[in-house]
Amino acid sequence: MSIKEIIKQFEPEQHNLLHILHALQDANPANYITGEALEETARHLGITKSSVYGVARYYTMFSLEPRGKYIIRVCASPVCELLRANEIIALLEEELKVKTGETTADGMFTLELSECLGQCQEAPSMMINDKVYNSLDRGRIREVLKSYRG
Amino acid sequence: MSIQETRIVLKNIGKIDPYRIEDYINAGGYEGLKKALQMKPVDIIDELMDAGLRGRGGAGFSTGMKQKFTSESCQRCPQRYVVVNADEGEPGTFKDRVIMEQDPHLYLEGTIIAARAIQATKGYIYIRGEYHESIKATQKAIEDAYAAGFLGKDILGSGFDFDVEIKLGAGSYLCGEELTMLESLEGKRGNPRIKPPFPAEKGVFGMPTLVNNVETLANAPLIILHGKDWYRKYGTERSPGTKVFTISGQVNAPGHYEVPFGVSLQQLIDLAGGIRDGKRFKAALLGGAAGTFVDASMLDERMTYDNLREKGATLGSGAVIVMAEGDPVYDILHNCLRFFRHESCGKCVPCRVGTTQLVLQADKLKEGGGDKEALLKQMVRESEIMAGTSLCPLGQSPILPLESAARYFSKELCTTQH
Repeated sequence: MSIKEIIKQFEPEQHNLLHILHALQDANPANYITGEALEETARHLGITKSSVYGVARYYTMFSLEPRGKYIIRVCASPVCELLRANEIIALLEEELKVKTGETTADGMFTLELSECLGQCQEAPSMMINDKVYNSLDRGRIREVLKSYRG
Repeated sequence: MSIQETRIVLKNIGKIDPYRIEDYINAGGYEGLKKALQMKPVDIIDELMDAGLRGRGGAGFSTGMKQKFTSESCQRCPQRYVVVNADEGEPGTFKDRVIMEQDPHLYLEGTIIAARAIQATKGYIYIRGEYHESIKATQKAIEDAYAAGFLGKDILGSGFDFDVEIKLGAGSYLCGEELTMLESLEGKRGNPRIKPPFPAEKGVFGMPTLVNNVETLANAPLIILHGKDWYRKYGTERSPGTKVFTISGQVNAPGHYEVPFGVSLQQLIDLAGGIRDGKRFKAALLGGAAGTFVDASMLDERMTYDNLREKGATLGSGAVIVMAEGDPVYDILHNCLRFFRHESCGKCVPCRVGTTQLVLQADKLKEGGGDKEALLKQMVRESEIMAGTSLCPLGQSPILPLESAARYFSKELCTTQH
């Protein structure tokens, strides 16, 4: 679907803005919202591009820069930290050869931190796009990354 | 004395298929709604008020009272709304996720009852964007409830109309605050509104709005069906009913546990299998980042909104993050302070600047020389000023973990090599 076609699925009302931004980002293989998409959204809703930009910049889940095909969100909550999430983050940085916030050279993964993912019963946790992975340790992380790399 | 769980809100969890409305109905589902549709709206509100149901999102305000205010405000307003706060993001909290993923019809039924009580014909369920399973299960529940006649026009022939749809968050803790949520729901940046006016007077799109938490609404069908006297058999006089606690950290069986209000912290920890590796309890962070640290002197305190408040602690969302001997309180406090820095929206200067300063000062507590006790006192004092000069609960929160950590663990925070 083109940007215009995605946006047209929504009634031209501002309360649909977050849903439009989610849809645009999800449809982009590089997991971000382009300048053109912001402009078309503003036109559709009859609001300024700057207010669309302001909303897109505010929310942590949205990106205005190209990212990897898969977004890894590691839970940075106190619970996960208590159960050694720092080691998990260090291991992911080592395995992926990136720092938190960066995208791998092959464009596969972007490594990010997230607020509490609400998976504290099996911490530490992370999400890769829509999927949750719990009880993380060295072996589990290698296994999960392998399943994505194929 | 050890205790067992008392599952009334979570009674269907693990026993029914959340994607099959028939399962929910066979377990007695939607009977509360049927009864509510026979009642006068004001009687629904009275029943919830007399049952003593209090908001489970953290504030513990009377649900019936909130509904009364919303139903009575602005009689000439053309529309009234119900908004379900499903933006669960308080660290260590996952009670709403469990309900949404595993028994979505229960809170949906509660939502329809609440709408009937305040005579709203339109509702929104605001779910955080990361909760994909909750979104999926709720979407299916809504579709099936429409097909079964529990939503839409003339619900079960009662003449009452109610429509509901899901709205998505996109990664902002602050949007869990009710007025900020309404901004986000309208498609704006999550900056808090000045209150008053409260949502009951001027909520979403400027109309009277009832904002209730998922767990709160999940209690409503049970109260309506079984009555206030049945409900009051559980819990205490001022905190009736049960609470879903989420116990995490250094316990053998972390998870969600539903118990009557009034059990002790020790009993909760025992319920979650006790401390890992046979270690001793050191501390718990109650209520998440916007919560309070307690030490072993609080283990026998009863877990109710009022008792904990009197003892300078919070019950909040029901998060219980358990720390064992050897776990550094400093690291967890620092984590909370970094979290507030990240989530501050920047609208109020004291919060924007203050949350950053507190992290820098916490760094100094670890690294620097100088008078650390004076520094810690200064941090508590600054968080007090932030609390007094910030619009919303975010700027008012850092004082909670900071002051309580200083109260119980000042020596450790000021002297140990981290």
